[in-house]
Amino acid sequence: MEWAFAGLFGACIVVAIAVLAILLGSVVVEALPYLTPSVVLNFASHRPETAGYAAAIVGTAWVVGLTLLFSLPLGMAAAIYLEEYAPRTRLTRLLEAGVSNLAGVPSVVFGLLGLALFSRLLGLGFSILAAALTLTVLVFPYVVITTQEAIRAVPRSIREGALAVGATKWQTIRRQVLPAAGPGLLTASILAASRAMGESAPLIVLSSVIFMTFLPLDPMDPFVVLPVQIYGYIGLPQEEFRGVAAAGIVILLAMLLSFNSVAVLARNRMQRRRW
Amino acid sequence: MRTVEDIPDRARLQRMLASLEARYAWEPGEALVRVLLLLSAAFAVIVTFAIGLVLLGEALVFFGRVSPVDFFTGTVWSPDIPPLAFGVLPLVAGTVIVAGGAALIGLPLGLGAAIFLREYAPQRVREIVKPILEILAGIPTVVFGFFGLLVISPALQDWFGADYFNGMTAILVIGILIVPLVSSLSEDALSAVPADLRDGALALGATRLEATARVVVPGAFSGILASFLLAISRAVGETMVVLIVAGQNIDLELNPFHQLQTMSAFIARRASGDVAAGELAYQALFAVGVALFLMTLALNVLSDRLRARFREVYD
Repeated sequence: MEWAFAGLFGACIVVAIAVLAILLGSVVVEALPYLTPSVVLNFASHRPETAGYAAAIVGTAWVVGLTLLFSLPLGMAAAIYLEEYAPRTRLTRLLEAGVSNLAGVPSVVFGLLGLALFSRLLGLGFSILAAALTLTVLVFPYVVITTQEAIRAVPRSIREGALAVGATKWQTIRRQVLPAAGPGLLTASILAASRAMGESAPLIVLSSVIFMTFLPLDPMDPFVVLPVQIYGYIGLPQEEFRGVAAAGIVILLAMLLSFNSVAVLARNRMQRRRW
Repeated sequence: MRTVEDIPDRARLQRMLASLEARYAWEPGEALVRVLLLLSAAFAVIVTFAIGLVLLGEALVFFGRVSPVDFFTGTVWSPDIPPLAFGVLPLVAGTVIVAGGAALIGLPLGLGAAIFLREYAPQRVREIVKPILEILAGIPTVVFGFFGLLVISPALQDWFGADYFNGMTAILVIGILIVPLVSSLSEDALSAVPADLRDGALALGATRLEATARVVVPGAFSGILASFLLAISRAVGETMVVLIVAGQNIDLELNPFHQLQTMSAFIARRASGDVAAGELAYQALFAVGVALFLMTLALNVLSDRLRARFREVYD
């Protein structure tokens, strides 16, 4: 009986891992015939053999880049306030509740917000800038929460040591606490970037054209990102486009994997160099 | 939660505690820094208000033209094709079926995984399995949708005679999608139960199963329930998978093996087409958005309350 239940619980893990393996395996198998250089260099086309993701890759770089540019400083500033400056009042709890509620909002709702506020009210239309602002709002709570954890992990002795030699509060934060929290801050940035790269629902709402045939060169240009382009190919009726979609998924996963690996390596280097 | 505020003669106590806390010197510019940082923290609240305002604004315009009673109780949803009808129940039914079904799959799997990792697995197994679960958590939802269409849907068509687009595929895929979330949050809840409780049970002669099932899991109950609610909220808000695999049928449909439409998928599908502002269909989007936002907000707030109550018991 004991072993039966232990096996049952273990089976849960096995199911999750098995599904992951089947998922990755089937996608890669479907993608193999289409993993050629042209799928990265070509634009979208109605012929599966020549369809590619060039516009989507550049679009993703634009949107994710701008999103990080906006969300990382904003989120980290908020986290610094909540961890270092905020007194334990109801106002602070309200702010923290606000952050965690925002984390739970479905991503489509952010799409609607972006559509009504950034696209229409602020007149940014279906541009990269509107998308980046929308994703900034979406990604912000995650940056705050992970940065908070990173700052919390810094030992009190560092802060108190700075105080003892006469540093001011901001000096302590800027020169001791933040550098000490370095690896954690990098993790927060990786997380934000990964989320921004993989988000599709709000960007579907904010794109005007899915099969783009030119590269976006300006923040006010229309755009398409990789997940949305993949979704576009999935929706096409011809069987061959399944392979193109799968190839796009492989590109997307490769981008995510390499990004995360580089960042994890960098974080390990930072951690090893310190104490 | 008992805090300094509850203790009598709190003013004196507060002053005592304040004098013991580390105090920093402040340079003149630092007050400005503090204000800027405070504004950043307030950003989240500002944004939540913005979402509320924007959604409500358009939704109220909508409800000026369509009666709320018709909206919330109507069973025909036809925002574009005349005769126009705006009963949201088909979408709500789809959402409940998909999210509920996904919960039935993902919650037990996630909890089982958490129990295994926490109570049974040796350290090395944990070190291998946890990164795998994190990978599963990091896969974009488009990929899950594609997987559903590629592998799950054909299987369902063969074995159960399902339609090409059906809700069951979404249920299965979203069920797996939420497993890492349930697992990691439940694991946190299980870890928060003090070791003495488990060790005490074992010392009294309980088997590992008895200690787990009768002491640890009940001890972590609120935390586990909170993780469940959060996962359900996630399933309710999931858009891409449903968009890809569940079809566009907007009739009231209760059979998961047929096409279904959820609130979030409808919003994404309709908002990405041509929507003219000022049109009723455009405002309908926001009305559905409000309904969706309120649903997930209620689940999230409830989950937070449970988690707070749980933490106070053991801190």
